Amino acid sequence: MTFNLPPGLALQKVDERIMTLNVGPQHPGSGHMRIIVQIDGDYIVACDPDPGYVHRGEEKMAEYRNYITNIPHLERPVIHDSCNVLYPYVLGAEELLGIEVPERAKYVRVIASELNRCIYIMYWLAIYGIFLGHSTMFMWPAGDRELLIDLMEKMTGARVTHAHFVPGGVRNDLPPNFEDVCLRQVNYFEKRIKEYAAVFYDNPILISRTRDTGILSRQDAIRYGTTGSVLRASGVDYDLRVKEPYDVYDELDVHTNVMKEGDSYARSRIPWLDMMESCNIIRQALQKMPKSGSVRVKLKPNPKTKGLESVYKRVESGRGSLGCYIVSDAKTEPYRVKLSVPSFRNLIALPNLLKGEKLGNMPSVYWSLNYWPVEADR
Amino acid sequence: MLKDLVTPENANVFVGKLGDILEKAIDKPLGYAINWGRIWSLWPVHIETACCSVEFGAASSPRYDVERFGIIEAFGSLRQCDLVVVQGTITRKMAPRLRLVYDQMPEPKYVIAMGACAITGGLYFDSYNVLPGIDGVIPVDVYVPGCPPRPETLIQGCMLLQEKIKRMKARKFV
Amino acid sequence: MSTETENPSADAKPEIKTPPAKPAANKPEPTPVELPAFEKSISDKIVEKFGDKVEVAFVKEDRVRINVDKENVHDVAEFIRDGLNYDHVESVSGVDYPQDNEIEVVYHIGSYTDSSLARQILVLATRAPRETNPIPGNDATRLPTLRDVFYSVEFHEREVFEMFGVFFEGHPDNRRLLLPEDWADLPPLRKDFAIKGR
Repeated sequence: MTFNLPPGLALQKVDERIMTLNVGPQHPGSGHMRIIVQIDGDYIVACDPDPGYVHRGEEKMAEYRNYITNIPHLERPVIHDSCNVLYPYVLGAEELLGIEVPERAKYVRVIASELNRCIYIMYWLAIYGIFLGHSTMFMWPAGDRELLIDLMEKMTGARVTHAHFVPGGVRNDLPPNFEDVCLRQVNYFEKRIKEYAAVFYDNPILISRTRDTGILSRQDAIRYGTTGSVLRASGVDYDLRVKEPYDVYDELDVHTNVMKEGDSYARSRIPWLDMMESCNIIRQALQKMPKSGSVRVKLKPNPKTKGLESVYKRVESGRGSLGCYIVSDAKTEPYRVKLSVPSFRNLIALPNLLKGEKLGNMPSVYWSLNYWPVEADR
Repeated sequence: MLKDLVTPENANVFVGKLGDILEKAIDKPLGYAINWGRIWSLWPVHIETACCSVEFGAASSPRYDVERFGIIEAFGSLRQCDLVVVQGTITRKMAPRLRLVYDQMPEPKYVIAMGACAITGGLYFDSYNVLPGIDGVIPVDVYVPGCPPRPETLIQGCMLLQEKIKRMKARKFV
Repeated sequence: MSTETENPSADAKPEIKTPPAKPAANKPEPTPVELPAFEKSISDKIVEKFGDKVEVAFVKEDRVRINVDKENVHDVAEFIRDGLNYDHVESVSGVDYPQDNEIEVVYHIGSYTDSSLARQILVLATRAPRETNPIPGNDATRLPTLRDVFYSVEFHEREVFEMFGVFFEGHPDNRRLLLPEDWADLPPLRKDFAIKGR
């Protein structure tokens, strides 16, 4: 009796068994990104990320706008983290233009930056819930995020696109009574996110989906040049707020959260711990902030830089260290602006993490890298 | 008498006439019923093009909860969807993919252009890689302005679309 | 001139020490001539090893910039990794200089493992010749890759290749990354690529 197997099952050679699969650009996650994976059965043998679906040419556009009009479009790569993505550009422009920032403005910046970090991480956590099929994990952070968005709206006037940092300080002073409202909201927010431990982080479903998937060793994390929560989840104690404090972070007590596991679970837990640290920092900053004073140095219209100079500034954003390299040539526009974004730096870990992983683990590994495609493409 | 009228030669003409009469009789109530069904079950495709997706996500969060207006959160396959919310910038690399997604959806389908970038290119009007609006790629039903639009604005845009569907001819797609 | 020559010899006398201090107090701006010591030691180590093959462009607080020819950039990068404990590249940026007919590629190198270098960024810059009519990948705009020295430059160098047309010799994967697949124009971040309406 002869029995013919269906063609797909009869293949014995490894090369013929491998199937190429396109994931994206339309996929159930957030942001546009195509991952070309080759699978053998259920296991990924090769992975080739294909970013660039939101490449908008920010760096080219920055060469045609002056130092002030660059602000609105340079915050668009990560609008839910807009203060932090603008921060290194503003610090660099201040150094090039030779501006000294008032003390109160520095504290306002730190508060805005930390609030924005929490807003970013809450959105990230919400989408992580979608990736894992955990509806409550979407609803809770997406709802609690609005508490902080209210605060930022009070402070800057916009829900997500603040454009609040300018060379020379911040655009507006804090509204009256902001400190009390901020303290109250942040305290409630911290109480609220502590409840997440029981629902998400001790949840057996989340643990089984993320524990021991996509393990990034300490050596590899350093070699790939990853940053932020990915790096700290692999056991490297590196946070720019501690290591290279900018503005007034050297006067504040910042604690760095480090985990040694290096798997998706650690990478999903570190941002949550970072949020509690941010609440601490906001409370300290509110306490130490000068109660009155100027928040902005008035600039002349179309400020010019001195000559051919370059400056590289970096800050710790919600995703990791974010650098901005500005070259100026004594004109009102910068000669070249380069954003070295953490999403792009973490992307290199993805092909190496997915190799040998099951296809079903791909979403949890991919989103745990703290990757935001719009930022990576610029 | 009816037998005399209907001969094998003109039977199809007669059936066609009868169909016309029937259609005229039940077109309005049937169309209303079909449209009513479409209005309250709009399923958006999960295609998060750019930064406006943050506000789209906020619109389905507990505070804004777009689901109470009959627009269900973006989950599921695009073969079951009938609404594309173009959330922001469409680049030259993305434009063919957007058309591909649109073409794969079953009729009827509706498009909401969300944000300034999807309408005219917005802030990126002079960028080398951004399309000046998505009108050249897919037909748009409702434009929602803003950079990014607040979730309330998006909800209003969705309600405008429902209003539009109510007045549309349902028969076109039946 | 005479006071300067007297100063080192008569170092014990306080009266002679004061006159050079006074002009310094009168003009407070040019005083920070003295370079930050730790950063100076880093640049000194490189200069000691490579001599006049490298040029120290500036030594600022936390930032040291080294300009190298493209023939020596690989050796210098290897020394930076092995001799100075830098371990990853944060950013690779190209800068186009049409007036010099050159494209500059700037590596910002940092360190995670050495805690004394945590604040430091070493800026390594090199230049490639620039073509007026570029054919990316097939012209003289070439540089040796640093991917075998620092693994983290892989995607960054791909980005520089498509944005400036700098081909990295020895890079395993010189493919397009961010631009559309049918991009047939000049590399967009070169200065002669004009965006519409400007």
